[in-house]
Amino acid sequence: MAGGPAGWISVLIPAALFAYFLGFVPAVSDGDVILLATEWVPSLDIRLSVMIDGLSLTFALLITGIGTLVTLYSTKYLGSHPEYPRFVLYLMAFMVGMLGLTLSDNLLALFVFWEVTTISSYLLIGFNSDSAKSRRSALQALLVTGTGGLALLAGMILLGNVAGSFELSVILQQGDMIRAHPLYVPIVILFLAGAFTKSAQFPFHFWLPNAMAAPTPVSAYLHSATMVKAGIYLMARMNPGLGGTDLWFWTLVIAGGFTTVFASVLALRQTDIKQVLAYTTLMALGALTLFIGAGTSDAIKAAMLFLVVHSLYKAALFLMIGVVDHATGTREVGVLRGLARKMPLTFVAAALAAISMAGIPPFIGFIGKEFLYKAGLGLEQGSLWVTGTIFAASALMFVAAGIVALRPFLGKLADTPKPAHEGPMVMVIGPLILAVLGLFFGLFPDTIEAWLVAPGTWAVYGSPDVSVDLYLFREVNAAFILSMVTFATGVVIYVFHRSLRDALGRLFAANPIKFDPGWDRVLDGLKALAGWQTRILQSGVLQRYLFVVFATLAIGIGGTIWTKDALNFRLDLAAELDGLLFKHWAVLVFIIAGALLTAYTRSRMTAIAALGVVGIGVALIFIMFSAPDVAITQLLVETLVVVLVAVAMLKLPHLDPVGTKDRRPWHAVLAVAVGVCVTAVLVAVLQGDIDRRLTDYFEVTSWPEAYGRNIVNVILVDFRALDTFGEIAVVVIAALSAYALLRGTHYKGRKPDTAEDET
Amino acid sequence: MMNSIILNAATRLLVALLLMFSVYMLLRGHNLPGGGFIGGLIGSTGFVLYAIAQGAPATRRALRAEPQSLAMVGLGIALFAGVFAVFFDDAFFTGQWLFIGATEDDKGLPISTVLVFDIGVYLVVFGSILTLVLALEEEV
Repeated sequence: MAGGPAGWISVLIPAALFAYFLGFVPAVSDGDVILLATEWVPSLDIRLSVMIDGLSLTFALLITGIGTLVTLYSTKYLGSHPEYPRFVLYLMAFMVGMLGLTLSDNLLALFVFWEVTTISSYLLIGFNSDSAKSRRSALQALLVTGTGGLALLAGMILLGNVAGSFELSVILQQGDMIRAHPLYVPIVILFLAGAFTKSAQFPFHFWLPNAMAAPTPVSAYLHSATMVKAGIYLMARMNPGLGGTDLWFWTLVIAGGFTTVFASVLALRQTDIKQVLAYTTLMALGALTLFIGAGTSDAIKAAMLFLVVHSLYKAALFLMIGVVDHATGTREVGVLRGLARKMPLTFVAAALAAISMAGIPPFIGFIGKEFLYKAGLGLEQGSLWVTGTIFAASALMFVAAGIVALRPFLGKLADTPKPAHEGPMVMVIGPLILAVLGLFFGLFPDTIEAWLVAPGTWAVYGSPDVSVDLYLFREVNAAFILSMVTFATGVVIYVFHRSLRDALGRLFAANPIKFDPGWDRVLDGLKALAGWQTRILQSGVLQRYLFVVFATLAIGIGGTIWTKDALNFRLDLAAELDGLLFKHWAVLVFIIAGALLTAYTRSRMTAIAALGVVGIGVALIFIMFSAPDVAITQLLVETLVVVLVAVAMLKLPHLDPVGTKDRRPWHAVLAVAVGVCVTAVLVAVLQGDIDRRLTDYFEVTSWPEAYGRNIVNVILVDFRALDTFGEIAVVVIAALSAYALLRGTHYKGRKPDTAEDET
Repeated sequence: MMNSIILNAATRLLVALLLMFSVYMLLRGHNLPGGGFIGGLIGSTGFVLYAIAQGAPATRRALRAEPQSLAMVGLGIALFAGVFAVFFDDAFFTGQWLFIGATEDDKGLPISTVLVFDIGVYLVVFGSILTLVLALEEEV
């Protein structure tokens, strides 16, 4: 096998997992829900808990099953690529994330895995990292889905608080309480923001076609069969808890319906077959959203069936177009003709998958479409919209199937960049298996019904009382007639599809609203905003930084005092001042004199010495009110600061001796404002009773429990030792950073900043 | 660096006194004003004085170790003192005490991880301040 050990390991892992998950099928098809749990981060209530029910098992089987075929395919498709092991690593990381996402029973764990899939998708889209287009697409996908992820996290935290648990199995049983809760609307909006970005619903659809810059196996696996369905999974999973309201119904039905029609029209516009497939994937995601939103048992049944059906044929078609691209060097519909004779096996796979996609009996795609129609017609509200959009989309899917699988293979062989030849077996086997499965399930719908669709429906609908009975044909009813009309419409459109494509091209060229360039403008705007605010805030002038810091302090304290009406007390100033002794007055005068001298002196040395005087005055206050430790520390720190600043000062320019340039009225205003605010808050604090519980506790326990009589020190080294450890770590980091700065600037002749080291 | 004979002569005596005083403050800290923080400040003041009188290179020679290494070692000692409790099935930073020669009435000589932690704090403060002062001195 190509690709070396990375290759066969990457195939064995999903294959083994697939076999393992198959083992759960009998239990789950009996309606069992398997819960497994282990504590992960107990202090944050995050458990690594696993829930295996019909929905998660369906996803797990798709992830591992298609994963096996895709990794097998990749051994040939990318096996000779120098970065192949890296590719395998990303793909495995993705698979872990996706399995975790679908199996997790804990919302927060689900979120972690959700982000793992986002990041691995980013890495895989940007795998050809020397192409600017790949990098842009990767970043776009990351930013769009990452932003949605943040919204989702907020929604999950809200939901967790409302439900009192982060376990899905607990949350989903409280649906009625959640729907009646005042936070229900924000929760739904945040969850849907996550799901819509991930599953590329309009107006977040634009990243998915761009994500096709990834290697073809990635497109088949992540951006069609599995990852983009994570949003679908989330909506399906949350349906018993959040669904069933008008908000949920109309948001999903309108967004899903619009996406499905919009995407299938856009699919016709494309000339690159991979792009056609990308847009039909969007169409499928829209349809799934639409039917999960519709929420009736028939609709959920149809959605679960369509989920599996779509994964089978779409992965097959993506892999098929990879084979064609590999063999001929092009994916353009205009160039590829008559490949059937040169690539018979690929043609068989393409044809079988496309027939399923077109919804022609006896393939499973036909059953999928029948059930979509049946569910749409049976809706009490919005029936016309749902059935209408699905009809339009199905007819256009029929056309897309023809474009993808008919045109390239039939007719006269055309010249291609490389001479066409059959693809290697490991690459053809995957699409063949998937396509044949589509036929098998179509002929024996009972199998897929019992294994996946029925248990899945129970999980999403929230009750196992729904009977699921799939059949290929039973009677001529409205759904069947609609199917026939769909075929007729599809054939007509297919005949005219080339002129239709040109017309659509002109129409879209004239359309002023373009999402992809719009995205660039949003990003440019963001960058400009970031640049603007950085230039404002990061002026590089120390004075301005200090101004901002102190202004924030003044506004913060002053604003709080104002809004909380904290000065609402009578202060008997005369009585307060009466208690002051002569020594208190003396220190006060001492401090005020020092402060005034600092502000008014024309000599730096005097200013620093005067500032030291202020500090010593404060230390004296500490001594008078019996806090010797604090006083000693204050004195020592003041001494060291004066020395440090005096040394640093030798480098600074002289002050303006005349004293006109240095007059800074705004600084004076700010200084007074900070002083007034701090004084006011201190006076206000002293009006109330001071909570002495902590003081009492330390006084009582210091000696018996910690064998120390100096409470300050006992707190520092024993009661609050962890805090002290954090502080001394900060001291070391600050010293090392200052050291690095001083050393780093030494040879460039720049002025050093003074970095002080006080705690 | 200042060229002053008086300062030079006084410094030799003062540095020794300050260092001794700093250790005294460190050790008595648990029961009386003092402790690692204050001790470290006093100790570093001694060497700052030395640096002003004799210059940075002489101070580095006298220190025998890089001050930033001293700070890091101090951080390591403090961490060790905290982790030590785990070996006795206590939470991090729970003080462990040993009373040497304790009798009914007298607790004897107490040895504790709390003191070890305070020595770490001393070294961190001492090393960090000297790192800064010496770097500034050499810069100017």
